[in-house]
Amino acid sequence: MASVTDPEPPRESFRLSMLLNDTRYRGYTFQFIALLLLILFMAYLGWNLVRNLVDQGQDISFEFMGQPASYDINQRLIPYDSQDTHLRAAFVGVLNTLLVAFLGCVTATVLGVLAGVLRLSKNWLVAKLMAFYVEIFRNVPVLIWILIIFFVMTAALPAPSAFRGDDPDSSMLFGAFAFTNRGVYVPRPIWEAGSAIVVAVFLASLVAVFAYRRYATKLLYDTGRLLPMGWPSLAILIVPTLLAFFALGQPISLEYPELRGFNFQDGIQVRGSLIALWFALAIYTGAFIAENVRAGIMSVSHGQTEAAAALGLRPRRIMSLVILPQALRVVIPPVISQYLNLTKNSSLAIAVGYMDVTGTLGGITLNQTGRAIESVMLLMLFYLVISLTISAVMNLYNNAVKLKER
Amino acid sequence: MNRTVFLGALAAAGVTAGVAGAATLDDVKARGVLNCGVNTGLVGFAAPNAEGEWEGFDVAVCRAVAAAVLGDPSAVEFVSLTGKTRFTALASGEIDMLSRNTTWTFTRDVDLKFEFTGINYYDGQGFIVPRELGVSSATELDGASICIQTGTTTELNLADYFRKNNMEYDPVPIETNAEALQLYNEGSCDAYTTDASGLAASRATFENPGDHVILPEIISKEPLGPLVRHGDNEWGDVVRWTLNALIAAEELGITSANIDELSQGTNSPEINRILGTEGNLGEMLGLDPDWAVRAIKAGGNYGEIFARHIGESTPIGLARGLNAQWTEGGLMYAPPFR
Amino acid sequence: MSDTHAQAAQLAFVRTETIPPAPPPVAEAGIVKWLRENLFSSVGNTLLTLVSLWAIWWVLSATMPWIFNGVWNADSLRECREILDGATGACWAVIRERWTQLLFGVTYPADSYWRPTLAFVLLFVALAPVLFPKAPRNLLPFTAIYPFLAYFLVWGGSVWVPVMAAAGFVVGYLVFQRLVAQSFAMGFFGAIAAALVFWSLSGLVTPTLTAIAPVTLEAVPSRDMGGFMLNLILGTVCVSLSLPIGIALALGRQSDMPIIKWICVIFIEFIRGVPLITLLFVANVVLAYFLPPNSTFDLILRVIIMITMFASAYIAEVVRGGLAALPKGQYEAAAALGLDYPQAMRLIILPQALKISIPGIVNVAVGLFKDTTLVSVIAMFDLVGMIRGPILASTEWNGVYWELFGFAAALFFVVCYGISQYSQWLERQLQTERR
Repeated sequence: MASVTDPEPPRESFRLSMLLNDTRYRGYTFQFIALLLLILFMAYLGWNLVRNLVDQGQDISFEFMGQPASYDINQRLIPYDSQDTHLRAAFVGVLNTLLVAFLGCVTATVLGVLAGVLRLSKNWLVAKLMAFYVEIFRNVPVLIWILIIFFVMTAALPAPSAFRGDDPDSSMLFGAFAFTNRGVYVPRPIWEAGSAIVVAVFLASLVAVFAYRRYATKLLYDTGRLLPMGWPSLAILIVPTLLAFFALGQPISLEYPELRGFNFQDGIQVRGSLIALWFALAIYTGAFIAENVRAGIMSVSHGQTEAAAALGLRPRRIMSLVILPQALRVVIPPVISQYLNLTKNSSLAIAVGYMDVTGTLGGITLNQTGRAIESVMLLMLFYLVISLTISAVMNLYNNAVKLKER
Repeated sequence: MNRTVFLGALAAAGVTAGVAGAATLDDVKARGVLNCGVNTGLVGFAAPNAEGEWEGFDVAVCRAVAAAVLGDPSAVEFVSLTGKTRFTALASGEIDMLSRNTTWTFTRDVDLKFEFTGINYYDGQGFIVPRELGVSSATELDGASICIQTGTTTELNLADYFRKNNMEYDPVPIETNAEALQLYNEGSCDAYTTDASGLAASRATFENPGDHVILPEIISKEPLGPLVRHGDNEWGDVVRWTLNALIAAEELGITSANIDELSQGTNSPEINRILGTEGNLGEMLGLDPDWAVRAIKAGGNYGEIFARHIGESTPIGLARGLNAQWTEGGLMYAPPFR
Repeated sequence: MSDTHAQAAQLAFVRTETIPPAPPPVAEAGIVKWLRENLFSSVGNTLLTLVSLWAIWWVLSATMPWIFNGVWNADSLRECREILDGATGACWAVIRERWTQLLFGVTYPADSYWRPTLAFVLLFVALAPVLFPKAPRNLLPFTAIYPFLAYFLVWGGSVWVPVMAAAGFVVGYLVFQRLVAQSFAMGFFGAIAAALVFWSLSGLVTPTLTAIAPVTLEAVPSRDMGGFMLNLILGTVCVSLSLPIGIALALGRQSDMPIIKWICVIFIEFIRGVPLITLLFVANVVLAYFLPPNSTFDLILRVIIMITMFASAYIAEVVRGGLAALPKGQYEAAAALGLDYPQAMRLIILPQALKISIPGIVNVAVGLFKDTTLVSVIAMFDLVGMIRGPILASTEWNGVYWELFGFAAALFFVVCYGISQYSQWLERQLQTERR
């Protein structure tokens, strides 16, 4: 904060004491001292590290990442077996982390928006129920929720053996979905020749839906004519794909899970630990997002609602055209930091044995190789990259919103 | 506001600069307490009871060493460690010895720079399955879901075994023994694998132990024993020979009942040497002559400790098997005290 | 007037007296109206109400018999099952038998349970003048003594250690008072130096004092702390420690000295970018490598350091928000008054910025308190660690999950809900003040 004074003060010659007393130079002194202390501190830590390593006859090396991991991982998004390297095992873990974080974020958003909006509902019971949900999940540690939900799942769902026999205790839903305490088994699509065309048609209809909606909006703004939105979109989405599907002789079929031996075979297994972690994180984070959404909606002044009502908009349109767009600007930054929290909380996967990167790199690899410093360092690096990426996205968004505002 | 609690803690309890490294023995004596790393909770081996007293087979080794060195079997600070934290705790000097059913392996000995001071339990990895599954051999487990405690060598053994036999399996890793048992009991996995001793201990806690079978295959060798840091051989000797004294005591018939009588002097030179009435073995270890008497008095000889914590009369009900004395067909074989 | 009366008299029937107000229709009054407006105002609403009612019934019908049919007197899960004989019911006996372990951990001496309990009760007394503007001001000196008192109560040992620690602060404060007239920095660093000198000297006299006046409680080493007590200790100690550090970091981040700014930015972003659990791994398995060889820190102390770092980064961001929310005029007004940086901060900026940030700080505190359960992952026996470790591993209670986790969840809920209600109350207070 440089202030301009009229007569230029007589230029003093530099004295050493000015480093302490003169505000022009004191900053440099402080910075120099801080830097020096920091360097000394780091050097001290480094020196201790070296001495400790020498004392214990160890070293820092990342060679172990190239050696066979020799453990199995139950959920693999890329091919992996026990002869692959620790590096690949870590990568399998990374993908698992990203998977559960992605699923969790999507579900948490849905839950959070629903609960946040319903909490403001005029229905007393629903509002109270949502308040109860938010409070109970916000005020109990997520680790306890993960454990509770995991054990609820294992206790409440039947074991695969319950599906066995002529008169089984449990049966599959529609003959296609099996809910067991080892996870949920769903049919797996099998892509045969011609399936690519069906997918292409589907994608094309997606584009068409968007085009239609844009056209309808434009028409609405230009002429005031309101085209129906719901059913034509649905029709555009489904009909061509179905036509293509049957015209090409049903190139996509489903492989149903089937109980063979100890487990259900075929189909896709969504593991119990994944589901437990996913739900626990989603419900927990959802409670926080609900609060953000509620705060966002309440931040839009009541005059906006009244003005929209005065224009003759119906309540649902007031919500979607007036309130939400304005609330969104307030809601999105905290929600993104909730996504960040969710991703970081997913490291608690270890409590339910979900093999995320903390479970593989920070867990079994660390245990088996004893390379604590290296493993923990890589682990932190990974989370740091994820966090910084999400922060960068958030900053981009904030800047974009700012520009629009002014 | 509360910042001073921290400083106070720093001043009083915090930086206990225990000189580990070279002279653990002097250090333990100066501190008056042995820091011993144990399991966070494994029935029969190490678990605190309702009164908060640690007890178990591994705990007894710590107590014997404390009795030998400090003269007081209760002068032990038990540090509960997970599979992940145990080695760092030992390497950093947080604990003086680790007695936490740890398997003696090449890499742990050589690469991680630890010294295994003997074996107090010969174990092997086995499987437990519900009887109704109708499985009688581990080779029939192709395609099964198998619960494992993560962070142990059992994971690697399991991977090796199934690979070797060309079988598929679905590992269900879980953090603690108790949680693994819960999953197993709910049918989330078809089999549970861990050290055979652990299986027996766990089966004892089931609602109907008879409904579960421990399969005959033992797929690994798991020699479990206490360990110390590399490079402090004097301390290593103390732990090693305390354990050996317990084992030898059983072989020579020294029990907690007759030890007072025997330590007056006997006709057996070896008993006399162990109990310090003859020779100066204690002095060589840097202890006093009565060291072994106190160690054995702490919980009895090896056989007594075994019987009290994990033997056939306990809920865990382990037979001696490989852990019998060599004179009875087992592997327990203490080198001579000479 | 009379004219109309006359007309009225001619008509066949005209009511001359007012009718008493009729009660509103049933559907427009009392409980029915309330129900109609709040629960059944439209088809969609009715549907929602019915779904909610069904959900409530579903949850209650599943849990209530279990909770109220519980067994309180049994020595093991097996005995519980025998008593219940197939009926639904919880086995609360485990809480009855192990509640001291759940609250105080395995190894805290049983005859000293009154000490942490007393410290906990006094915590409220000490916090009252800070948290409630209307509480009597003369409690403030007690707040200042409380940390030392609590340390003495929980850890025990000689009373002279905390007394000397407190005296060190007094010495530091006196030095600060003398030197602050010259410059804040001088006073600040002089105070730190004086306190450090005093502490190192007091190390020499403490044993003598203890010998002369042996006021001692049984000393309890930190690693004997456990159960919910450990969560509370970690929570309160780390939050209070992280407040000053967090404020310093926030000021550093706002500073126009580039090096200091970047040190703070990197620290904050690094800590906020990694999960707490990896920091706990660092405390547990890595930190030992960075300490001088052959020195060992208590695990609890290492964990306190890590959690404090974690919390200060978050608090720094909250305080930064508060600083940024202050109108620029405040800074300029302070400068116009001729205040230098420390004075402006102490007298003008921070009091206002902190006031704005209080709700945020409370949120961080609640989050941090919940996160203290993560220490169970590194084998510390906090409440969750006690449950997952010794209790579930014991032969008697292997398999009791719901009761224990339910108990843990209830304890945390009571504390965290209490704090967040307080925060909301405070927010309302502050709002009215500003209007």
